Amino acid sequence: MKILRSHFPRALVLALACLLTVGLAAAPARAEIEVNVNRGDVQPLPIAVPAFGGGQVGADIVGVISANLQRSGLFRPVDPASFIEKDLNTALQPRFADWKQINAQALISGNVTVVGGQLKVQFRLWDVFAEKQLLGQEVTSSPENWRRVAHKISDAVYEQLTGEKGYFDTRVVFVAESGARGAKTKRLAIMDQDGANPSYLTDGSAIIMTPRFSSTSQQITYMALKPEGSVIYLFNLETGRRESLGDFKGMVFAPRFSPDGDKVAFSVERGGNSDIFVMDLHNHAAARLTSDPSIDTSPSFSPDGSKIVFNSDRSGSPQLYIMGADGSNPRRLTFQAGRYTTPVWSPTGEFIAFTKQTGGQFHIGVMRADGTDERILTSSYLDEGPAWAPNGRVLLFSRQGPGGASKLWSVDVTGRVLQPMAYPGAGSDPAWSPLLN
Amino acid sequence: MVTNRTVGAALRLALVAAAALSMSACATKPKYQPAPTPAPTPEAPRPAPPAPVEQAPAPPPGPMAGSEQDFVVNVGDRVYFDYDSYAVRSDAQPLLAAQAQWLKRYPAVQLRIEGNCDERGTQEYNLALGARRANSVRDYLVSQGVPASRISTVSFGKEKPIDAGSGDDADQHNRNAHTAIVSGARMR
Repeated sequence: MKILRSHFPRALVLALACLLTVGLAAAPARAEIEVNVNRGDVQPLPIAVPAFGGGQVGADIVGVISANLQRSGLFRPVDPASFIEKDLNTALQPRFADWKQINAQALISGNVTVVGGQLKVQFRLWDVFAEKQLLGQEVTSSPENWRRVAHKISDAVYEQLTGEKGYFDTRVVFVAESGARGAKTKRLAIMDQDGANPSYLTDGSAIIMTPRFSSTSQQITYMALKPEGSVIYLFNLETGRRESLGDFKGMVFAPRFSPDGDKVAFSVERGGNSDIFVMDLHNHAAARLTSDPSIDTSPSFSPDGSKIVFNSDRSGSPQLYIMGADGSNPRRLTFQAGRYTTPVWSPTGEFIAFTKQTGGQFHIGVMRADGTDERILTSSYLDEGPAWAPNGRVLLFSRQGPGGASKLWSVDVTGRVLQPMAYPGAGSDPAWSPLLN
Repeated sequence: MVTNRTVGAALRLALVAAAALSMSACATKPKYQPAPTPAPTPEAPRPAPPAPVEQAPAPPPGPMAGSEQDFVVNVGDRVYFDYDSYAVRSDAQPLLAAQAQWLKRYPAVQLRIEGNCDERGTQEYNLALGARRANSVRDYLVSQGVPASRISTVSFGKEKPIDAGSGDDADQHNRNAHTAIVSGARMR
């Protein structure tokens, strides 16, 4: 049995055991049913997720799994009222005919028991029409972490059926907003990716902006703005330790980690001119990467760490540029009409997401890393600040209507699945954690 | 704007002050506050005789010269910019020149130029743009003879709109640089 330590801070420390149950485990063969994540016209896969045996917690876990799969846009949970076979026994094969009849192509069955104070969840994923088990696992956790168990199962199902890693057992750091425009309180906050368990991480005395997760650890970097100036902080969610990146004799903003988590790239403004710097977090040595008299900001590393995409108005309007991670060979990436800002390299390296202004509207879009195949995913009065899910399939961003509050939204990379996040409050600047361990 | 009544009230206040009584209670509503009579205690010091009227001039109307209020009301603390521009507009130059004159008259004043942007840009770009605006104003004031050592700058990007609306009017108001007095002004 492999015990994985969670990377949750403080109170949420848990030991999560996850194992393939001997005898239940199917050969990890490719599913015969398969979800194509690349097609924008894909029909969501009908999946039946009946309540797991074991009482209320079994129903609660299934509720979270079902909501996760539905929000991905790749699955359509079948209405439980239509289920013919009731009270599935996870030890037995389901009656496939009953599930074929309601056109459920996949079925998740499961059972919850509490053994020695630990929650033990067994589940199986079935290919209904092939009449075959695709997955059989057992997840163990302390009972209060039942939501994480549900997210783990969601990820396992997603991965089995799509061939790609899931993104459900993750968290989102963001800026929680309250108060009137012009006098807003903007606090650093964090929640599960499905909007559950929101909590504040700062007290509201400074305006918090642009939090970003490290892709290798439970560390974030963000900017705090006060009348006296700005500070970039590193904040370790596990230890609660917070430290300033340092004093750079000017405003600092737009921090973002390198893919290995060892560096932070950011902007420093002096005398009105903003340039991009990078700091090695081990020795705190900073190097200047741009020295153009234009605005240079919003740096984002390629996943191999060799390049940086950034925003500059050196051509006269804000456009995207790519340079070597040492500042070498900057070249312009965007030539189409419009103003391009906030570039973010996808975790796979294939795409760059951005904010685009054109025709009086703001858009979230993606393009290939060579600048081709631009695809506009959203359009509204004000959309900005895309942030990738760790598997590169979904983007979070902020949306604000005229005179309204900013809200958190998500869109999948095909643009087909656009929806508000399940967070009721006002918020901005969402950023996704890596998959938790 | 001053009326005879307020001048009269101010004079009466001066008399009250001369009587060594606290002004603070009546300073807020001078028009309706009768001059209090001293308590009839024999130990009370004799009030000084009222000063002749011509030796107790009324305080000048409006904010006290050299106060922050004086700067805001009589000079103006904000100039506006065109979209995505940080050039000081010609219509802003007289106001900045007046700011410089005022600042030279009150050399103890330290100030902070705060650059602001409308919401038709993204956050990080707007932080950079707001910094440019703040520095444009700073450079202008320095060119008019205000020592650079008295001026700091900050950008609030689009975080501090003065107009809560959305649309062209609000955007125009929110593209500004605010000259904030940090210290050294007279207290009003």
